[in-house]
Amino acid sequence: MYTAITQNKVKTVVLMIGFVVFIVAFGWILSLAFNRPGLLVFLSVFAIVYAIFSYYSGARMALALSGAQPIVKADAPELYRVVENLSITAGLPTPDIYIIDDPAPNAFATGRDPNHAHVAVTRGLLAMMNETELEGVIAHEMSHVGNYDIRLMAVVLALVTVVSLISHWFLRMSFFGDSDSGGDNNGALMIVGLIAAVVAPLVAMMLQLAVSRKREFLADATGALLTRYPEGLASALEKIATYTKPMEHASTATAHLFISSPLGNRGIGGAIASLFSTHPPIDERVARLHKMEQAV
Amino acid sequence: MLLWIVVIIVILVLGWLWMAYNGLIKSRNRTDEALSDINVQMKRRFDLIPNIVEAVKGYAAHEKTVLEDVTKARTAAMGVSQNDLNGLAKADNQLSATLKSLFAVAENYPDLKANQNFLQLQQELVDTEDKIQASRRFYNANVRDFNTEQQVFPTNLFAKALGFSAKTFFEVDNEAAIAEPVAVKF
Repeated sequence: MYTAITQNKVKTVVLMIGFVVFIVAFGWILSLAFNRPGLLVFLSVFAIVYAIFSYYSGARMALALSGAQPIVKADAPELYRVVENLSITAGLPTPDIYIIDDPAPNAFATGRDPNHAHVAVTRGLLAMMNETELEGVIAHEMSHVGNYDIRLMAVVLALVTVVSLISHWFLRMSFFGDSDSGGDNNGALMIVGLIAAVVAPLVAMMLQLAVSRKREFLADATGALLTRYPEGLASALEKIATYTKPMEHASTATAHLFISSPLGNRGIGGAIASLFSTHPPIDERVARLHKMEQAV
Repeated sequence: MLLWIVVIIVILVLGWLWMAYNGLIKSRNRTDEALSDINVQMKRRFDLIPNIVEAVKGYAAHEKTVLEDVTKARTAAMGVSQNDLNGLAKADNQLSATLKSLFAVAENYPDLKANQNFLQLQQELVDTEDKIQASRRFYNANVRDFNTEQQVFPTNLFAKALGFSAKTFFEVDNEAAIAEPVAVKF
């Protein structure tokens, strides 16, 4: 378990370094395209400041976006106990617990480290799950916390936002910007810049999705290890799969945080859907959990 | 040239030893910390028991033996040294069993069952028991990691020499006794 944590921390750092390189390269192309060296400095500083800001406030934003309300023990004692007990099993501090007033069954964990972790579940989840299933779901979320997935995802979210923001800017500037700065001699660079601006957010998004899908499998496995009962999570996932309506506060920005996609787009099949979905298909996750069941 | 190769190898080996040693220390401390978590939860249970015994007494004073058993089991469990894992596990199981029979007795007293104070205490005790189980699992997971770290090659060659030894799991020593329903005597 502790090795997964180290791997995740290393990955986070690598990702951040890669991101800085990426932004600087991107800024360099842009500054060449617009013939303004100052742009590189400005972009780099802006990107770093913005990334730090979103790293620290990302959790609050995610909670606000999904309409999660903090609760105290008296509001949902069973849920509270399950979270407390699984925190003990995982050797983590008890996270803040939130409830989302939504009939769709779903849950997510966010934060930047186990000391600043938040776990949110929907009312629909509480209503639909029995105790072992709820334990399975919470164990999955606690695994995200314990494995430092929440930090990795917070960083990924921050980076993806910055990349898409900058490319947005660039596209605006290149279409509506003042004509005297660029000039025709930068035509080729302008095209490179345009391509970069279009491709960058796509690449960033694919990265976000790929990272998130891998995390889900790992959290399923670690969660099963925590409860020693993979069937609990498996049957919870099966129940979640039967509910096909999207969540009321579903948003693509936070979709990757949830235990199952809150967007409810289970109709689209094929390779494209799997390329752009934040979560591996539930059948595959259930199948893997069943396999674990035989191994335990 | 050869000298340099030897020096480099020695440095590498020493460096690796250093890291492995620190890693083992870390795991051992984690395990000890996990054990203290179990004790914290047990302490909480010890504190709750006199209250529940008092609550039951008010309604079922003549169920003396059950009440005495619980108190006795509590005293016995409190007396066990924190480092005696086997003894702790045994005392803990004993206490669980007597508590179960106490709750079974309560079933016969509708007034007691309806008493808010009693219900709350009962809930808290059940919760504490779950928490003891949870911390036990955490401890065992740490023991597993610590033992594995010692026993893998090549750490196993010197772990003993450095003063590390395998820790024992906090186990429920008699699985059959737990599966067995609690006998309620009247």
